[in-house]
Amino acid sequence: MYDYSEFDDAYVRGRVEQFRAQVERRLDGSLTEEEFRPLRLMNGLYLQLHAYMLRVAIPYGTLNSGQMRQLAHIADRWDKGYGHFTTRQNIQYNWPKLRDVPDILEALADVGMHAIQTSGNTVRNVTADHFAGASADEVADPRPYAELLRQWSTDHPEFQFLPRKFKIGVTGAPNDRAVIRSHDIGLEVRRDGAGALGFRVFVGGGLGRTPMVAQELAAFIPERDLLPYVEAILSVYNLLGRRDNKYKARIKIAVHEHGIDTIRALVNEAFAERRALFSGADQALLTDIRAQFKRPDLSPRDIAPFVAARDADPVFRAWADTNLAAHADAGHAIVTISLKPQGATPGDATAAQMRVMADLAERYGHDELRISHEQNVILSHVHRADLPAVHAALKQAGLATANVGLVSDIIACPGMDYCSLATARSIPIAQEIATRFEELKLEHEVGPLKIKISGCINACGHHHVGHIGILGLDRAGVENYQVTLGGDGSETTVIGQRAGPGFSADEIVPAVERLVLAYLDLREDAGETFLQVFRRLGAQPFKDALYPEQAQRRRDAA
Amino acid sequence: MTKAFTPKVVTANALVEGDVIYLTADDRWTRALHEAELIEDEAHAQVRLLDAERQTGEVVGAYLADVRPGPNGPEPVHFREAFRARGPSNYPHGKQTELVDV
Repeated sequence: MYDYSEFDDAYVRGRVEQFRAQVERRLDGSLTEEEFRPLRLMNGLYLQLHAYMLRVAIPYGTLNSGQMRQLAHIADRWDKGYGHFTTRQNIQYNWPKLRDVPDILEALADVGMHAIQTSGNTVRNVTADHFAGASADEVADPRPYAELLRQWSTDHPEFQFLPRKFKIGVTGAPNDRAVIRSHDIGLEVRRDGAGALGFRVFVGGGLGRTPMVAQELAAFIPERDLLPYVEAILSVYNLLGRRDNKYKARIKIAVHEHGIDTIRALVNEAFAERRALFSGADQALLTDIRAQFKRPDLSPRDIAPFVAARDADPVFRAWADTNLAAHADAGHAIVTISLKPQGATPGDATAAQMRVMADLAERYGHDELRISHEQNVILSHVHRADLPAVHAALKQAGLATANVGLVSDIIACPGMDYCSLATARSIPIAQEIATRFEELKLEHEVGPLKIKISGCINACGHHHVGHIGILGLDRAGVENYQVTLGGDGSETTVIGQRAGPGFSADEIVPAVERLVLAYLDLREDAGETFLQVFRRLGAQPFKDALYPEQAQRRRDAA
Repeated sequence: MTKAFTPKVVTANALVEGDVIYLTADDRWTRALHEAELIEDEAHAQVRLLDAERQTGEVVGAYLADVRPGPNGPEPVHFREAFRARGPSNYPHGKQTELVDV
């Protein structure tokens, strides 16, 4: 875990005091809303449908128990007792009052956190694999690089007014859990033939109204060149990115319009210049940062209590089978705590639940927690012998839902229940789908299936890369839900295909049910996943399930 | 023939709370849509919007929203305005807590 240096602390506190003065000037009428708006957005404060919303960065999704407790404290003291974890590993508070926000930011600074660059046309929170530093398949922990990028990009004077927002994702493993091919820059840590660390670099990915899969810009950039190379990309984008049209301003459009080869040539040219400007101070800093991300001492212990609980308790067994992932150390496990109890709001945790998770991290998890882009919380290093106790505590707090990776583990953006950009609601659709499959008692039989829901074309709910994606739109004043099929956000990223006409709010849940039931009929055996069947058979049988009347007409015509 | 004017209310968010508010006929800001001034004339609507926009120390983002007249006062036409008037659907954290009698 990275601890703030004196410099970090002074910088963040300075920003809090600046913002405090700005809020005072807004409240006493010295600043108009026009003047104030960009200032509040620089500090992560949006004005949404019903209230202000404060978006707090959780850099690369990592936090310690003290930070999680502080998030709980903020939820209790200044909000409505809960927080919403987002697909960019942030937390959002939905009900802060304007005059309280400087105090909230100060409370965040007390635990080394902030809301800087969680909005605006800047480099946003750098996201990373939520299993970083723990998973068995990892080349190296990506978080030291993410932290280096965070420090480099924070208040970087050249990149405060980019054509549009800019998102960087980093994975340290070939199995991409960080959706890096849907980022403006995606970095995959790898080794070259000689065993030296470096990065495979992707550029130009993104979802939103023009979804695109990132393309490979470089097969291998040595570790020491990370900052000059990324800076070269940003500098090219800063000049090339379109400022005439907000909807064409992301780097993906520049890559699409100019072609990857032109972009590569320009980046290489800029890289040659930038590289000469880096003295090596960044590498010294990286060494310091890396020392703070050392894997905790994982002492070997007998795993017999785990085996016994797994044999004796079917509820524990179901949870262990679904919510645990392989840790690099066989005695340990990575625990995913589901924030998706069927019928609840995806990604929400109450202050009391946050405290339970913080306590468990402190007692059993080497004081580390992660937020995943799938809106769950992870305990990254738990000894298997401690899992029965962890599970029991989670169960008491309503946090032991055994559904990670299943139908009800749905990603959903806040949608029109909160967001002023939304065109339809997402949360109730997620709640109804999860509740319906709970009634059917089918989700364990169905197996791995990712449903992702966005309440507008901006795609915060990642619907394009859902195996089943749902996009909420406003069709002539009525909520309407479009279905996309076959999307994939992993190392084999694919943008889902639109299935056909949308469904009303009443029709969408039965439509999803028909899709899933069709999959069960179509699969060759229980081991063939939804996505595998889709890839084997194509979209048609699923479209037939979605639109039975059209299928019937086609059969009649044949 | 010109299209019939859809009645309007002036709505905004309160500067301090961020809460949804509506302009009343007697120049107050109310939290309840049914208390808002129902505006049935386009020219008057523009004047009332100007009145609202001048109050930068109190409100943010004033605009005219479509409504229809109801027995208790204006009612939302579009679902977005219905959510604004009522609060989110997942928790009773919005106005719905105050609007039980309406």
